[in-house]
Amino acid sequence: MADFVMPKLGADMSAGTLIAWHKKPGDSVRRGDIIADVETDKGVIEVEIFTTGTIESLVIQPGQKVPVGTVLARVSESTGAAPAVAPTAPVQPPIRRELPAVTAPPSAAMPSAEVSRLPISPSARRLARELGVDPAKVKGTGPGGAITREDIQQAATTKAPPLPADRQSRFRQAIAAAMSRSNREIPHYYLSNTINMHRAMTWLAEENAKREVPDRLIYGVLLLKAVALALRDVPELNAVWNGERVVPNSAIHVGVAVSLRQGGLIAPALHDTDKRSLSDLMKDFRDLVSRARSGSLRSSELSDPTITVSSMGEQGVESAFGVIYPPQVAIVGFGKLVERPWSEAGQIVSRPVITSTLSADHRVSDGHRGGLFLSAVDRLLQEPEKL
Amino acid sequence: MTSAEIRTRVLQALSSVAPEADAASLRSNVSLRDQLDIDSMDFLNFVIALHKDLKVNIAEADYPKLLTLDGCVAYLTAAVEKQRSKVSD
Repeated sequence: MADFVMPKLGADMSAGTLIAWHKKPGDSVRRGDIIADVETDKGVIEVEIFTTGTIESLVIQPGQKVPVGTVLARVSESTGAAPAVAPTAPVQPPIRRELPAVTAPPSAAMPSAEVSRLPISPSARRLARELGVDPAKVKGTGPGGAITREDIQQAATTKAPPLPADRQSRFRQAIAAAMSRSNREIPHYYLSNTINMHRAMTWLAEENAKREVPDRLIYGVLLLKAVALALRDVPELNAVWNGERVVPNSAIHVGVAVSLRQGGLIAPALHDTDKRSLSDLMKDFRDLVSRARSGSLRSSELSDPTITVSSMGEQGVESAFGVIYPPQVAIVGFGKLVERPWSEAGQIVSRPVITSTLSADHRVSDGHRGGLFLSAVDRLLQEPEKL
Repeated sequence: MTSAEIRTRVLQALSSVAPEADAASLRSNVSLRDQLDIDSMDFLNFVIALHKDLKVNIAEADYPKLLTLDGCVAYLTAAVEKQRSKVSD
């Protein structure tokens, strides 16, 4: 028997409210299935299970707010299944929520008989579930009024309502708590480097000219891949500090800082950033930003980032030195892409340049290693075709 | 397709990337990025939405022509007409 517990979705999270179950006792579950929606200060998160088996019992009911680590459900594991990944935080008795009943969002609803009769393909139905869109409320534009994947994506981008003032305030407080802790506890050091982006941008223009509009890349995805690959050279920046020592991460999951239209920001993970093709990363990057802004992120995307990348160039900022998000030990910043005079083979030429920055934890690495990391990012961007 | 229809489609595409935008208050000749605080990802999604809706190919080199509402309408009106002529040939 395995316990499915309230996950810790970020260093600043101490409790969460169960919004809805996607499974009931007797249902079989597989590792990676989304089985519940949990509300945190950052919004409603779809929570995955990391056990394969059968739901035995649901311990906590929707509407209850419980501390991280509280058992939410019990699962009997299938023979040979991967062991449950359950945080080891001490379990405290659940706090019964005495607020008005929480209404589950459309995403939490299981497909009803009515929904199953809608003219919608399995692919669009799956996407609707992933993006938290109720297909019954979507007007189909396909043949015979069929609901297409595009209809679902359109609905997802327009459904996020403004955060209520109290939620926005709690969201701000959560960011404030994490950033205050970071500045209080982590001895940051800061480095920067100016990168000539001529080759990268020339390659990107040529590459995009060959691609259909929906398959095009943006330069931000080149930066993410370069950061991920550079971490292989300086792995101590892809680690956590547990209070006494550095614990390296075996995988590279770059957290991408996404500003939310309702205010605030969130940095979900692009899993295995170093191992994926640019096309693959771009597809997932688009999806991740869309879901971050529509409030449909998954638990692993919030708990898994091993480093964060923050790009502030769109806001006209030339260089951005971030505050590390604990327990991570580094954050990489990129500023605005600007044309600048550049000396090349004895000539002054105009080149697109970008400033990369590193804010890193001095308990874990030093400036020498940080410098090697920024140099590696630069070097990788000079050979964009190899990314 | 008339310019007015194209303008409506452009505003629909914009509302898909910036749902909080007030279409009525958009100034036609001022940068959309500045008015709507949209980033590269939003802009790409905007271009993809126009591409799918109007069935026109929008070259990346032409993106600067789409920076304002007026620019979008002028460029897309010509592109749709060009596409229509190609199909009827």
